[in-house]
Amino acid sequence: MSFAIEVHDLHKSFGSSVALDGLDLEVETGEVHAFLGPNGSGKSTTIRILLGLMRADSGTVTLLSGDPWADVESLHRRLAYVPGDVKLWPNLSGGEVIDLLGRLRGGLNASKRGNLVERFELDPTKKGHTYSKGNRQKVALVAALSCDVDLLVLDEPTSGLDPLMEGIFRQAIQAVRADGRTVLLSSHILSEVEALADRLSIIRSGRNVETGSLADLRHLTRTTVDAVLTNPPVLQEISALDGVADARLDGDRLRCSVETTHLGDLLAHLGPHGIRSLTSQPPSLEELFMEQYRHSSPATTPRPVGVRA
Amino acid sequence: MSGYAGTGTLVRLALRRDRVLIPVCLLGFIALAGGSARSTVALYPDPTQAVAAARAAALSPAIVGMYGPIAAPDNPDSIGAFKTLVLGGLFLAIFAFAIVRRHTRTEEDAGRTELVGAGVVGRRAPLTAAVLIAAATVLITSLGSSLSMAGAGLGLAGSLAFGVAWAGIGLSFVGVTAVAAQLTETTRGCAAVALGTLGATYLLRAVGDTTSGAGWLTWLSPIGWAEKVEVYGANRVLVFLLPLVVTVGLVAVAFALLQRRDLGSGLVAARPGPATAAASLRSPLALAWRLQRGLLVGWAIGFAVLGLVLGAVAGSVSAFVDSPEIADMLAKLGGNAPSLGDTFISTELHFMAVAAAAYGISAALRLTSEEADLHTEQVLATPASRRAHLGAHAVIALGGSALLMLVMGTGVAVGAAGEYGGLGGALGHLLPAALAPVPAVWVCVGLALVVYGALPKVVVVAWALLAGFLAVGEFGPLFGLPTVVVDLSPFSHGAMVPGGAVPGAPLAALALLAAALVLAAGVTFRRRDLVSG
Repeated sequence: MSFAIEVHDLHKSFGSSVALDGLDLEVETGEVHAFLGPNGSGKSTTIRILLGLMRADSGTVTLLSGDPWADVESLHRRLAYVPGDVKLWPNLSGGEVIDLLGRLRGGLNASKRGNLVERFELDPTKKGHTYSKGNRQKVALVAALSCDVDLLVLDEPTSGLDPLMEGIFRQAIQAVRADGRTVLLSSHILSEVEALADRLSIIRSGRNVETGSLADLRHLTRTTVDAVLTNPPVLQEISALDGVADARLDGDRLRCSVETTHLGDLLAHLGPHGIRSLTSQPPSLEELFMEQYRHSSPATTPRPVGVRA
Repeated sequence: MSGYAGTGTLVRLALRRDRVLIPVCLLGFIALAGGSARSTVALYPDPTQAVAAARAAALSPAIVGMYGPIAAPDNPDSIGAFKTLVLGGLFLAIFAFAIVRRHTRTEEDAGRTELVGAGVVGRRAPLTAAVLIAAATVLITSLGSSLSMAGAGLGLAGSLAFGVAWAGIGLSFVGVTAVAAQLTETTRGCAAVALGTLGATYLLRAVGDTTSGAGWLTWLSPIGWAEKVEVYGANRVLVFLLPLVVTVGLVAVAFALLQRRDLGSGLVAARPGPATAAASLRSPLALAWRLQRGLLVGWAIGFAVLGLVLGAVAGSVSAFVDSPEIADMLAKLGGNAPSLGDTFISTELHFMAVAAAAYGISAALRLTSEEADLHTEQVLATPASRRAHLGAHAVIALGGSALLMLVMGTGVAVGAAGEYGGLGGALGHLLPAALAPVPAVWVCVGLALVVYGALPKVVVVAWALLAGFLAVGEFGPLFGLPTVVVDLSPFSHGAMVPGGAVPGAPLAALALLAAALVLAAGVTFRRRDLVSG
């Protein structure tokens, strides 16, 4: 297994505020890896370190087998970046920006460029400051996707795109994956992650909390169980079972959540009580993320920026 | 009339944001007016001497073109206001421009007006707040300067008239900027319109003051109106009605334009650009040139025009009057050369070198706005190295400032060709003197680059250094500062008068220092994190 990105125990502080606190991240070559986390959890800082725009305080970072701080120029020939906040030069047209960034990367694929401009319905003659947020993102996306590079680093690239363009973006990323290239995709759009990502990493307060495929993550979380029983058990008995939480007994109806690995144990325990009906619900993607996002310990919860104590 | 809701809140917000900028600049102006008055008067302990110098200066078109006429040469006080009325007024106009633009077009360009406008804020409120704050700042600055000049021992009536004259200039440019902010879509476009107007009004009065039969031109310029107040002479404060009417008119025009345009747009709509980039746009240097060429061309045109005017004026200086008082005055204002024309040119070149350094610093600090606007991040995410990125803007700043001095020298030579037996002779005589300050200018640019490389959050230090060098050079000799202090300014080294010997060693030393500073900037920039947003 080769890795396009390997990050171990990464630390970065800005003054007294800790942005990254021992982050690990592994992106396999050829996969689309989603990078998720609440606002302010350190995603953009990680990306800036990967791009050599910032230097880590400690930890190891390997990008395309190189050091992102020391080997900036050679590594950047092999990657393209779409920032989360695309700012264009006000007096350059969109087409000029696409060509400039492409040439700085060592040349772009003219047929891909023409095709992408058309599919994204982008007017390349408009001046930078007249584009809307979504159109600025399209400019940066076309510039990045027109280059035949090994790695795409995308920081919330679709937050301003309409659903139609979001669809075009997904097709483009699938084509990139089909070419065997690697994508690091930071996103808050869960349906996008579900559609595109092979694996994902969730970070919170500057550290990795979960990595794996969606199926792996689902497996790690809880399933809701709603059962009607002929002969209801004592509530405490159920609550005491391993992996069971939030158990409630309402007459003959039992509702609880159970860690997916303990689902079988629970069902075996309920069997003798006469199951009349049973629904078990795997967690939705939203619940999965809510769960992962929410459980930050109070000590490491970042304070909202701009709010005075 | 509706549309003013929220003006009070916006005024408080602006005052909160400007709580350092406005008081510091305001006090600076007041100190400049009083300090300059005190030190110029101190130059001439004997009033009759001052009167003689004032009379002589009033007769010299070179001095009048630069500083304006002296309203009442017989009143020794008038020489105390002489250096500050027009030049200080020019800076006050820039101050007024900066305040108005900061709270109108800059905010709109950054999208913050949209954020604010969605609240209970009237459409007219942001412009109203900006005009109110700028006008109040101009009035307080003017009144304070009056008092500080009176405090320096000048007559009270004349000092108050001086304040009135300054207020007229400042208010006019509150109005000009209010209109300029509506006309163009970008912050830079607003600066081009407003500062271009300021330059034109300065030149209008310079020509009007020095050319017989063209005196009416002075009446077309807000800076000219300040001269027409005749401070420490007739004290015609009623002239103030002119700028007052013009200011009210311009602000009304600005509001009318505001009603006709959409938020974020200007009256001058952006034209579409090319769908693909020119083949040459492929390197950090090409990008830097593309971003900076407009500014450089604008400065070069300004330098060319000023050079021609100064050259023409210089040509008439020596023929005009061979008075020892003028020679003495010019020598005290700076420079020391065999002929009067050369002395004059030497003085002006010294002054223009500081202006070229101001250009160089602003071009170098384009790096800061590029970084803050997140453009640098995109460029550096490509194989473009930090050295190439910083170097590209450094080349523009260093080359551009040298080009400006070349343009200035050529302009002066063309204007004064008759005086030196043809253009060839004039170029040979004047160009070396025009280029001699370039290494000092480069040191200023190098300092700005180092500040950017090492301390990107306090690049204002680069401007403070230039202001310090200017102060040391302009006022050091007046205040009798020790040579050690005066020598801290790069402009104190390697100066040469036209036709003089080229001071090779100091110039080479300055050039080496500049090169070391640029290298240091590259090293410090390479080692730091990019400032993100």
